[in-house]
Amino acid sequence: MSNPKTHHAPMRTPLGRVRGLGSARSGTEHFFMQRVTAAATLLLSVCFIVIVISLAGSSYEAAKATLGHPIVAVIILLTLLSVTTHMRIGMQVIIEDYVHDEGKKVLCIIANTFFTVAVGLAGAFAVLKISLGG
Amino acid sequence: MVELALPKNSQITGGKSWPKPQGASKLTEFRIYRWNPDDGKNPSIDTYYVNREDCGPMVLDGLIYIKNKIDPTLTFRRSCREGVCGSCAMNIGGTNTLACTKGMDEVLVKGVVNVYPLPHMPVVKDLVPDLTRFYAQHASIEPWLQTDTAAPEKEWRQSKEDREQLDGLYECILCACCSTSCPSYWWNGDRYLGPAALLQANRWLKDSRDERTGDRLDNLEDPFRLYRCHTIMNCAQACPKGLNPAKAIAEIKKMMVERQI
Repeated sequence: MSNPKTHHAPMRTPLGRVRGLGSARSGTEHFFMQRVTAAATLLLSVCFIVIVISLAGSSYEAAKATLGHPIVAVIILLTLLSVTTHMRIGMQVIIEDYVHDEGKKVLCIIANTFFTVAVGLAGAFAVLKISLGG
Repeated sequence: MVELALPKNSQITGGKSWPKPQGASKLTEFRIYRWNPDDGKNPSIDTYYVNREDCGPMVLDGLIYIKNKIDPTLTFRRSCREGVCGSCAMNIGGTNTLACTKGMDEVLVKGVVNVYPLPHMPVVKDLVPDLTRFYAQHASIEPWLQTDTAAPEKEWRQSKEDREQLDGLYECILCACCSTSCPSYWWNGDRYLGPAALLQANRWLKDSRDERTGDRLDNLEDPFRLYRCHTIMNCAQACPKGLNPAKAIAEIKKMMVERQI
């Protein structure tokens, strides 16, 4: 944290401080992806809710058969992908907003990535297991 | 973590109540933030009574009345007294605005005019915030025409339609009401440029005569400089000139996407 380009060294000029390490030349990808996944989740979650409601009260075999249908399985997998991608970017934005210690911030962002990837893959594995008849 | 509470030496304690002017029939109560860097004390809220028969209708008139007739130590910036210079930006009745264009009767909260300095900025004294970083942020977007083509003999030409693109942008007076009303700027003002600087950035991005649009976008494309804007819209609500910095920022984001897709 002793980098004079990022650390607020008192002798540094105000313009030097504002320019800091320069522009990261990134951020647009996250901005765009957050909106794309928001739109995708809106559509997919309607389908997802319909699937869940249709399964209410049905037997284990019937539920397994429904989830075994390729279209149903793909919709659920897409929902998982869209939601976890959205969740990861959204949480990263919150971390960047509120966690200012560089070390803690990097740790939080890595933990956030691990968590969302783990949740997404665990969900996908469960769907695939049922769908492929494991 | 971000600072959600005021540090101990910034917490407001007590304050003095100044006597009411003699023989006045209509009084308006002012409660004003006071802080003096020289006395080592915490900030306080002083109470003043303004004789409305001896004073203009605006909040700035009231402040000048207090300074001239009650307490000459009250410190604030003011210059044009008509919403052109942006000097008297302060937090009045809970909203950042210009003291000169805000009527006292418009901002009464339980009959009182509450006046504080612009939020979340270092205070120099009383109602005077330190805007050094704010001005540096404006400088960082290089707010001047940049061209590589040799300057024409007479002038850079611009169509009427292209000139109209600058409406709603050029009117900004850099009073800092918008930036200091933005929570994202409060939390990350060291890296986020803030609505005022970004509105100005859009003013130069939109200028048909400018040849450095790409470089300007490069310098803004950053998770902090630009993308800390979460469309909270406090900026548009606060702007005393009726501009919409949030919309200007959205237009920059649109350009960012446009050049990638």
